[in-house]
Amino acid sequence: MTPFTNRSKPVDRRPMSLMEKIYVPAVVEGLAITFGHIFRRKPTIQFPEKQRVFGTAFRGLHVLNRDEEGRENCTACGLCAVACPAEAITMEAAERQPGEENLYREEKYAARYEINMLRCIFCGLCEEACPKDAIYLTETFTPSDYTRKQFIYTKEDLLIPHPVKEPEAYEKALGNKPKRIKQKDS
Amino acid sequence: MFHYLLNIDAFLLIEKLVLIAIIVGLCMVVAMYTTFAERRVAAFIQDRLGPNRAGPFGILQPLADGVKLFFKEEIIPNFSSHFLFILGPGLAMTFALLASAVIPWGSNLEIFGRTVPLQIADVNIGILYVFGVVSMGVYGIMIGSWASNNKYSLMGGLRAASQIISYELALGISLIALLMITGTLRLNEIVLQQQAGYWNIVYQPLGFFIYLICAFAECNRTPFDLPEAENELIGGYHTEYSSMKLGFYLFAEYVNMFISSAVMVTLFFGGYDIPFVDESTLSTNVAGILSVLAFMIKISLFLFFFIWVRWTVPRFRYDQLMRLGWKTLIPLALFNMLATGAWMLFTNK
Repeated sequence: MTPFTNRSKPVDRRPMSLMEKIYVPAVVEGLAITFGHIFRRKPTIQFPEKQRVFGTAFRGLHVLNRDEEGRENCTACGLCAVACPAEAITMEAAERQPGEENLYREEKYAARYEINMLRCIFCGLCEEACPKDAIYLTETFTPSDYTRKQFIYTKEDLLIPHPVKEPEAYEKALGNKPKRIKQKDS
Repeated sequence: MFHYLLNIDAFLLIEKLVLIAIIVGLCMVVAMYTTFAERRVAAFIQDRLGPNRAGPFGILQPLADGVKLFFKEEIIPNFSSHFLFILGPGLAMTFALLASAVIPWGSNLEIFGRTVPLQIADVNIGILYVFGVVSMGVYGIMIGSWASNNKYSLMGGLRAASQIISYELALGISLIALLMITGTLRLNEIVLQQQAGYWNIVYQPLGFFIYLICAFAECNRTPFDLPEAENELIGGYHTEYSSMKLGFYLFAEYVNMFISSAVMVTLFFGGYDIPFVDESTLSTNVAGILSVLAFMIKISLFLFFFIWVRWTVPRFRYDQLMRLGWKTLIPLALFNMLATGAWMLFTNK
């Protein structure tokens, strides 16, 4: 049979030579190889202390975005929920009342917004579907909890901190997202 | 009626009891830390870091492992033979520890004007005793595996038994050659001889090589770990064991490794002899402590070797194991014995 790749090697079926039959030289050779590995640099990243640097395209936990004044972007149009292949997103819309202009950017907003993080496959389709730049996938990952119920993230869990009231927390939650926002604009 | 009890030297009794306690404790601690070393060395050989979280550099890991084993659910299968099932790991551990009784751990110490030899019993059949006790260790495995009433366990036990019988022969014959040179079975005397002259490895390189291979087989270490072959026998003789009984089996393996390293060092590498140092120039206590240290360093090198080989050489197939034992090592050991005898005859020793 002709080989499919140029990497295939014919099997050596010659009878073992005396040196090979003694085994010991081969064992010593193996021991030398394993001994050399003891002093190699280890590629392990000591996780909680050190973190791998992610690419800008990394998709972690979601965040619901606010604009510069701290108003929620989401208008509860439901496009993210439609786009979601895992059907992890649930929402309920509500109308903005007079006096709530500083809370919600447009006349309609999400009264309830839930993402089931156990269903979510972190594909980022919600982010792509959103016409209002309201939902983003951040660099945060490895959520952990004791109950399944805790993994249904409510709007309070998802909303990004207020950029005016808590600027530091906002910056932290933003991560390297500004770069991505810029990329999307251009 | 018990007046003869008065003739017993009470200090000797205390001294020996303390020594026994220290040595048993030492065996346990060394075995614990060998498991840790095993995991770390394995990791390093495989370009990983291994357990390094519990305490600085992970040195509390063995304690964590021990605590975990103690708190695991104890499962005794109801189709097993309960008494023997519990007896098995106990025997394995007991026989593993028993051999430590005759090993000279160091030269003498002087405490309160008494000369204390760092050896529990300096019996004149030291090697025979070690030999006997080590081979008894297979009863722990066999009883445990048979009592489990599980075909995989039984297979493991049978393998252990036949493996130890096969390799014991070569082991014994390689030792006979050594005994012809030393002319004594007393372990302390063998060490003293080596302290005065050269280490026995110089006279018996082939004998040592055979002994080393057989020691691997006796300890059920890779490449001879067929009794517990994970991929064929699901753990072999300890398939049905859980909790601290499993811990005892695993522990016994490490104690066995420690003891057989100690025996190897005693027989071939000068025991507690400090290389390139004349012990008679030092005071008794300094020499005693240093000799223990030297002995421990030599043992730890052997333990490292055990671990190193485990993560290098894959397991033998069973027929390969038997062929190596019966068709290679025994003839080689016989040749070694005859050659040693002939050499001694010609040099008129």
